[in-house]
Amino acid sequence: MKNTSEEYQLQVRGLEVGFNNKKNFTQILNGVSFNVQKGETLCIVGESGCGKSLTSLSIMGLLPESGGIRSGEIRFEGQDLTNQSMKEMSKIRGNEISMIFQEPMTSLNPVHTVGKQIAEAVRIHRNVTKKEAYERVVEMFELVGIPSPRERVHNYPHEMSGGMRQRVMIAMALACNPKLLIADEPTTALDVTIQAQILDLLNELKADLDMSIVMITHDLGVVSEMGDQVLVMYAGEVIEYTDSRSLFDNPKHPYTQGLIESIPKLQGKTEELPVIKGSVPNPDEMPSGCRFSTRCAFAKQECFVQSPEEVGTEDHPVRCWMYSGEWQKMTPFEGGESNDNSSSEAVDRQPIRD
Amino acid sequence: MLSFLLRRAGLMIVILFFVSIIVFSLVNVLPGDPALMILGQEATDESLEALREDMGLNDPLVMQYFAWVGDLLQGDFGQSFRDNTEVSSLLAEKIPITLQLTVMSFAIAVLIAIPAGVISATRKGTLWDSSATLFALSGVSLPPFWLGILLIFIFAVTLGWFPPSGYVPITESVAQSLWYMLLPAVALGVRLSAELTRMLRSSLLEVLGSDYIRTGYAKGLLERAVVYGHALRNSILPVITVSALQFAAFLGGTVITEEIFNIPGLGQLLVTSIQTRDFPVLQGAVMFMALAVILINFLTDVLYSILDPRIKLTGGSQ
Repeated sequence: MKNTSEEYQLQVRGLEVGFNNKKNFTQILNGVSFNVQKGETLCIVGESGCGKSLTSLSIMGLLPESGGIRSGEIRFEGQDLTNQSMKEMSKIRGNEISMIFQEPMTSLNPVHTVGKQIAEAVRIHRNVTKKEAYERVVEMFELVGIPSPRERVHNYPHEMSGGMRQRVMIAMALACNPKLLIADEPTTALDVTIQAQILDLLNELKADLDMSIVMITHDLGVVSEMGDQVLVMYAGEVIEYTDSRSLFDNPKHPYTQGLIESIPKLQGKTEELPVIKGSVPNPDEMPSGCRFSTRCAFAKQECFVQSPEEVGTEDHPVRCWMYSGEWQKMTPFEGGESNDNSSSEAVDRQPIRD
Repeated sequence: MLSFLLRRAGLMIVILFFVSIIVFSLVNVLPGDPALMILGQEATDESLEALREDMGLNDPLVMQYFAWVGDLLQGDFGQSFRDNTEVSSLLAEKIPITLQLTVMSFAIAVLIAIPAGVISATRKGTLWDSSATLFALSGVSLPPFWLGILLIFIFAVTLGWFPPSGYVPITESVAQSLWYMLLPAVALGVRLSAELTRMLRSSLLEVLGSDYIRTGYAKGLLERAVVYGHALRNSILPVITVSALQFAAFLGGTVITEEIFNIPGLGQLLVTSIQTRDFPVLQGAVMFMALAVILINFLTDVLYSILDPRIKLTGGSQ
């Protein structure tokens, strides 16, 4: 990756984000770094509570009041967004960087027509009349495939279905031709058939409008559909980062392997889907070693004590001891008691190696 | 919409009918004899009896009720027992006074409550918020009559900026009328504004946490536009509910404030009519208040549907 920072649409370096509560700082994101090239889709994958949404809100500058960026930088076209003022950020938001959210049902203001809400976004960033703004809304509605757009602009959100509302959200996000679209689980709340439509629509629009997408999802199906690059996050850390092809062909981190194995397969008989036991640890109760160690079937004794560095190739970094030189020398872990979440069943899984 | 109106109109008639029965019954179980009130203690039994007969007080209650309702239906509220003035003209004289007081105190309340509520919700946890909360708490705790007396003492007696009491009709001099009414309106308005501030703060805080507020920021709006353009309208509904109830209550219930500031409004009329057993006036005034409550509730529902398009005015039950 020899690109200079200007060639990246978005470059995130060492991002540390957390929440202030009663004088102590709970850190959630721990040194998150990634790049998004122009016209590329980056998928951020992980379970709930892994810090995916927090990453996206940090980019937008929309962290909740108690949240804050402690260190790191977020460069959008070379410009660091972390030290922009509220006013400067508001010129970028909705204009150069847009975001669509998980819940189309509640993300639109119920008391204004959808047309008005999108026209508002257009009028903040473009010097146009009300009428021109509405023309733009109609144009956007056609683009995102809302039937009879001229009538639909006068609808209220509650008069539309979930899929239509998500189209409205997309129309709103794209109304000012942003260079970067952040989509935070845009299909999670939708029916499966509508999900596919929305993903196709996003792929189409990405090509037409020449924008980059950061797609947050917990669904690997979405990754295979959308992703050029994939960032796997676990408990606030990036644990694996590669292109989507390598990720599916050659997943390295035990967590990624677990995620991929837990997808139901069409061929063959499956008695029971493999699952990753346990859940993401609380930010206050982070294991001192590898954050995944408590759920990892391969964990050795050192894993519980010392956090692994990023190893692997430049194109496929992974945060796991298994791929470091020391793995062979490490002491196997014995006695499942302190290994509280993973149980003997989880050991059925074999590491997938090439 | 039409079915809503028809349903409401029908309901209104039914409610007013029941109210009329209740009002009439309550008034007639009041101890005390109107004839005695008029003629005084020295009156002879014969003259009392003659007057009772003349006033129709000896008829069976049911007959009296139907006579009253029959007149009501023809728009005749009857005459005052005391001086035979038409009740309707008495009401027509008093209602605008109380209405003016109510409207002025509401204007004051809203002018204070909206900025105070918005500031304390958007600057939650700051000194602004604490001050607004302190104001709201003390405002709710201060009884209006006490505040009224305090205002008279400070601004009328000590500083001499305002007249201590009295009333000038708005038809005579608008400026004078507003001037005389200001202190009582403040006495009533402060309490109301305190209540509305608290309502608005909590309702706004809830709305500010919702997804569409985040969407507002995400499309590049600044805080001001988000709060006033998106949050306020969504958070105002509970405030309107409370306001409507209070408005109706003020129209009939500013008795004490009217008394303190010597404003000849509906409250005073009501108290006097009770004291003198002036049944027709009392009944007329209470019927007006019932009507006011019903109409205000109706207007509130219409306002709801305008502010929130999800609320539909339908004829059927929800």
